[in-house]
Amino acid sequence: MRLAPFHCRLWKCGAPKVTDTQYAVSLDRISRVFGSVRAVDDVSLDIAVGQFFALLGPSGSGKTTCLRLIAGFEQPDTGHIRIFGDPVEGVPPYRRSVNTVFQDYALFPHMNVGDNVAYGLMVRGVARPEREAKAVQALAMVKLEGYGARKPSQLSGGQRQRVALARALVNKPKVLLLDEPLGALDLKLREQMQVELKALQQQVGITFIFVTHDQGEALSMADRVAIFNAGKIVQVGTPEDVYERPQSRFVADFVGSSNILTPDFAARAGGKPAWTSLRPEQILVLPAGSPPDGHASGEGIVQSVSYQGAVTRLTLDVEGMRIALNSPYKVRYQQGDRVRFHWPRAAMYPMPSDEL
Amino acid sequence: MTVQAENRTPITALGRLSDFFHAHSRVLLGLLLSPPLLWLGVVYVGSLLALLAYSFFALDDFSGQIASQPTLATYGQLFERSNIDIILRTALMATAVTLTDAAIAFPIAYYAARYARGNQRAAFYIAVILPLWSSYLVRVYAWKLILAKEGIITWEAPHLGLGWLLDDILALPVIGGPSLSISYIGTFLVFCYMWLPYMILPTQAALERVPRNLVEAAGDLGATPAQAFRTVILPLALPGIVAGSIFTFSLTLGDYIIPQIVGNSIYFLGLAVYSQQGTAGNIPLAAALTVVPILIMSVYLTIARRLGAFDAL
Repeated sequence: MRLAPFHCRLWKCGAPKVTDTQYAVSLDRISRVFGSVRAVDDVSLDIAVGQFFALLGPSGSGKTTCLRLIAGFEQPDTGHIRIFGDPVEGVPPYRRSVNTVFQDYALFPHMNVGDNVAYGLMVRGVARPEREAKAVQALAMVKLEGYGARKPSQLSGGQRQRVALARALVNKPKVLLLDEPLGALDLKLREQMQVELKALQQQVGITFIFVTHDQGEALSMADRVAIFNAGKIVQVGTPEDVYERPQSRFVADFVGSSNILTPDFAARAGGKPAWTSLRPEQILVLPAGSPPDGHASGEGIVQSVSYQGAVTRLTLDVEGMRIALNSPYKVRYQQGDRVRFHWPRAAMYPMPSDEL
Repeated sequence: MTVQAENRTPITALGRLSDFFHAHSRVLLGLLLSPPLLWLGVVYVGSLLALLAYSFFALDDFSGQIASQPTLATYGQLFERSNIDIILRTALMATAVTLTDAAIAFPIAYYAARYARGNQRAAFYIAVILPLWSSYLVRVYAWKLILAKEGIITWEAPHLGLGWLLDDILALPVIGGPSLSISYIGTFLVFCYMWLPYMILPTQAALERVPRNLVEAAGDLGATPAQAFRTVILPLALPGIVAGSIFTFSLTLGDYIIPQIVGNSIYFLGLAVYSQQGTAGNIPLAAALTVVPILIMSVYLTIARRLGAFDAL
């Protein structure tokens, strides 16, 4: 792999500008096998330059292994990886212009925050005054001015996360990898960091690839999402694509736990005779009368009522299917109540694959 | 409250005791700690202080009795040429043994901490700890036999075509001698062997605690394996190496058996203390000599601390 010119790996130069290649990262039919487990199974994926890209999937679906393959901690058993057009077979992590924000941040406990951030510059031989100045700038970028002298153990989880970000970004990587970056933070901080990460990505213009099992995080931050299941990518698209047009029962269920209608039920409701996704928020309770034009209706028995603050989620049993919908907050239902509901026929999305 | 009490099984006396300790955890802590603290405080530190107190007395040259007048005369004796020689010789030996053990122990500990799994790991622990199960004296005498003029090394060296090497080594000034078992080299080898497990185990424990992802993070940030080793693994393992070196250093400073059995019968600190308080009957000088390793260790630990050896603790 060609390294970027030396001056481009330093701070001031801005994001590496690459015009002759289309993709920041290309995976071409890569597989990685651990013992009898195909952790990554024949995965192909192209990630465009400057994108905020999410690898979304349940644990053990191969998304983290994919990230480690890009970082160079693992080598694929078969297939090819290119970073900005350059094949990286056998290129060790320290020769890839890719940096990682680790799940538990992996800050060096024996160095203060400033030295942690300057580490990448230090091992590349940048002189002390210069690297210290850049570390200060990077800390300012993540809003941690004046924290340079502290030890990582003196920081909160959110602050460590920011240090890890600064430590990676100070090297001006071509691609930044983030492994469950917000996984260890509490809800409030997580929502705040989602906004900040997105803003930061737009500010620095670097391609971000992040791994998450949290579909809300993926949908809110990413430009594009690849959904993993059992070592394979089952769908790639924008957040709208994967949420509104799931290509399989797995995606419909995993991304926002959609209702999945059987082909038979969908056909009777006026849709195609295929496994069909219907989002809970599209369904309305029908206390009396007939549904409006263009709407289909159904009836089920309340299985559970779950108060979630803004909405109350009802789970109904409808001919053996589990149908979730949001109840208007003033109406109280109890387990065993019979409930009628309706939804716009156009909201039904027939899925090409019934793969679970 | 009454309903609760009725539903519960009756509380036994033992249960009441548990409840009491649960509510007063400091009482339990006190009960658990007082025997070992008394042991340490009275028996160990107390007798050490009593011995050290003797160092401020002096032996009356005429009567051979200990004069119980506080004096620094005994400490003055430490600065006599022969005693200075003993102190320097011992400190040099301890330093050489510590450095050698650290150099031998590190690769072994590194392998055990980072690569050995399952059976290999069990084999490692047995190999390191097994020698400690056998008698110390047996091992010293075994080494004397190995190193002696009639021993396997002298016997086997010519067969391997290395007779010249052995002769050259023994011909070295100061550290050489008539045979390995009667030379500084022999003493040094046995010291190194004896204290090696005490260096391996803490080093291995420290290396084991270095999170693997820190090494990955270093590589990710552009550090070559050598740089990652120097800037991440070694600093984080240093407290373990220093802990090991405290063992190897202080054990060498205090040992009086190895230099008696293997070596050219020259005094080391431990041996000097042994003979002063025994045959010579000069308890004050023995006590003053005991202060020396304590001072040396204090200085050593202070320097280690200054150098940041304990920063990663």
